[in-house]
Amino acid sequence: MSIFNFAFSPMPPQCEALRAEVRAFLQANGRDWTAASRAQSWDGFDPEFSRKVGAHGWIGMTWPKRYGGGERSALERHVVLEEMLVAGAPVSLHWIADRQSGPLLLRFGTERQRREILPAIARGTLCFCIGMSEPDAGSDVANIRTRAVRTETGWRVTGTKLWTTNAHRAHYMIGLFRTSGAPADRQRGLSQFLVDMTVPGITVRPLPDLAGREHFNEVTFDGALLPSDSLLGQESEGWSQTLAELALERSGPERFLSSIQALIELIRIKAAAASDEDRATIGRLVAQLMTLRRMSLSVAGMLEAKQTPALEAAVVKDLGTGFEQALPETVQSLLGLELDRDHGTELERAMAHLVRMAPAYSLRGGTREILRGIIARGLGLR
Amino acid sequence: MNDTQQILREMVERLFADHVNPPLLAQAEQGIWPGALWRLVEQQGLTRPRVPEEQGGLGCGWDDAFIIVRAAGYHGLPIPLPETIAASWLLSQAGLTSPDGPLTLGGAHPEDRLRLAPGNQGWRLSGTAHRVPWGRAAGSVVLVLGETGNLRIAHAACAGAKIEPGTNLAGEPRDRLSFTDHPVAVAPWPAAFADNPVRTIGAMLRSAQIAGALANALDRSITYANDRYQFGRPIAKQQAVQHDLARLAAEAAAVEVAAETAFLAAERGDPDLLVAAAKIHAGLAVPQATGIAHQVHGAIGFTLEHPLQWATRRLMSWRNEFGGDRQWSVILGRRILDLGADRFWPYLAAQ
Ligand SMILES: Cc1cc2nc3c(=O)[nH]c(=O)nc-3n(C[C@H](O)[C@H](O)[C@H](O)COP(=O)(O)OP(=O)(O)OC[C@H]3O[C@@H](n4cnc5c(N)ncnc54)[C@H](O)[C@@H]3O)c2cc1C
Repeated sequence: MSIFNFAFSPMPPQCEALRAEVRAFLQANGRDWTAASRAQSWDGFDPEFSRKVGAHGWIGMTWPKRYGGGERSALERHVVLEEMLVAGAPVSLHWIADRQSGPLLLRFGTERQRREILPAIARGTLCFCIGMSEPDAGSDVANIRTRAVRTETGWRVTGTKLWTTNAHRAHYMIGLFRTSGAPADRQRGLSQFLVDMTVPGITVRPLPDLAGREHFNEVTFDGALLPSDSLLGQESEGWSQTLAELALERSGPERFLSSIQALIELIRIKAAAASDEDRATIGRLVAQLMTLRRMSLSVAGMLEAKQTPALEAAVVKDLGTGFEQALPETVQSLLGLELDRDHGTELERAMAHLVRMAPAYSLRGGTREILRGIIARGLGLR
Repeated sequence: MNDTQQILREMVERLFADHVNPPLLAQAEQGIWPGALWRLVEQQGLTRPRVPEEQGGLGCGWDDAFIIVRAAGYHGLPIPLPETIAASWLLSQAGLTSPDGPLTLGGAHPEDRLRLAPGNQGWRLSGTAHRVPWGRAAGSVVLVLGETGNLRIAHAACAGAKIEPGTNLAGEPRDRLSFTDHPVAVAPWPAAFADNPVRTIGAMLRSAQIAGALANALDRSITYANDRYQFGRPIAKQQAVQHDLARLAAEAAAVEVAAETAFLAAERGDPDLLVAAAKIHAGLAVPQATGIAHQVHGAIGFTLEHPLQWATRRLMSWRNEFGGDRQWSVILGRRILDLGADRFWPYLAAQ
């Protein structure tokens, strides 16, 4: 029968009140946002905003109350995320921690780690980064070389992480290091660590991206000493913990809403006068958006039911990143924009940003090819 | 899917799998009416799931009907089952009696010109309905006439109409029916439901059939890729083939979600927007998906002997029946532009 399970997940009734609350909050706090700033959304870093989101209980929403969470459902979290992204809110500070680092700590962390860190994440004051990729380990994560060697008092870490989003402003990294064996041992001998980024011996160097912004980094560990309790979960269980983390990283609405401002601005300028070609273009884009949203809600419903929809998440991410990647191009070509790097109307500046960001969508969080490999395995082809 | 739906699904899957096969499909394409299959399907009540039980139907919802229509699409059922499901529902909604036997839909084709005139004994219909599915096999046709807000449903016997046969690319009858002062039963269309209920329901049916046929093409392609050896190993082991099939699977899944969502919206009584989304999605997916299925099958899949074509030739036609992605995109785009940049998202999120 069906290979995938995309069962319909109805929105629980409490979602509508929540949605209205989030919208009112975003309206009150987003008065000064421009199309160009909204286009940055999940790259927008705003400590004051993140604190306010935390104060409303919208970070760590699904976590237990004793760790600062709200014990709310995955679908309610979906509502908050999609409203934030459509409004173009600057969520970069708390984003990664809310999505994956927090849940990882909840699952594998010690009681002390949970009690100390989770409430601060939920307040919107802690920024996390993910240290998986390295110069020689991109898609092939198991090829990492950064080593953590046990000492009398803890661990000594040597090596280089790459493409680490927000490392230059993060308080913590969850890093994947080799604790035993050699790269040839692949998945065996890897462990996850909770790294305090203020520890001496860590150097962070930003690498400007295509849009000229500094958001991802090279992180060098030069014999940095980590205390022994910084091991996260079990030693040598880093690989399976990382797989659990990737499932969280791949399932959300951020995987098709990254360039949504291009569609919103297109509708804005065509609302007064539109040709059938304009209407057809908008209709096609909206049709895809609606379907992707349904699929993403279905994944949220499965997470809520404590299932692991890794295959379905790969499908949504592959389709979703394809959509969000084509969207700026479609809009640019329909409008025939000749974009300037530094100047332009609000719309043009938003588009200049999105057109240059688009190539990243099918790379970050697992490339399109890796996702299709996962889907192909699910189909029984490999 | 609840337990009853699971049972319904298994029942229709078994029934269709047992009785629809290449010889039957080939005969049907030659114009031989598969009467035994029709009778079986009708005996199970599958032709009238949306008619209330007290009127002889199953009293099911559109969500249940989705299961039947998708399965009909998967197996390429050579009978107007989806059309009869919709026509019998339209009749019961309009308070008209629905006869047994195959029914069909008309009046939603852009070239249709149909008028009603009062006769001495009831209404008379004149004009032409184009590309009526199974017009020659259906006992009667349910047509929609008039303007949005003032729509009427007319029920016309096919006997007495001039029938000019046509087919779609899969050889399914798509006939031209001309009426001259033809006696018909007429009732005002009661519900808001859709701008043009026949077009909307028709597009909704086709998107579910497309979801089914895409699943069929996918299943066949996976099996074929695992069985076919070249260069000493199954072609399924080639990454290029794996990635193409992953795309086909993702597109098929998306169309299925979109179609099912449209049926759920019909159940709530306001399907226009979600039917548009489903038909657009289906229309965009079909060329990509059929292209991949044929590419993976190589030359053998390009022959009439190979069963893949029962799915792909239907897909090539269904994508444009009751409006293709272009027409529905214009409709949806207009709706969205009317809402404007600040109101379209709240509207979508509430669907
Ligand atoms: C904006 C952005 C933010 C990022 N943030 C982070 C972060 O915070 N933390 C972090 O750890 N990483 C981060 N990354 C890194 C990201 O996870 C990697 O870029 C990704 O995993 C791919 O690795 P790579 O860039 O080394 O490409 P490679 O793995 O070298 O791949 C290059 C190309 O080869 C293809 N390829 C590789 N292997 C195969 C195969 N087996 N079959 C077919 N094709 C293959 C890939 O699909 C790709 O097209 C970020 C990347 C981007 C672009």
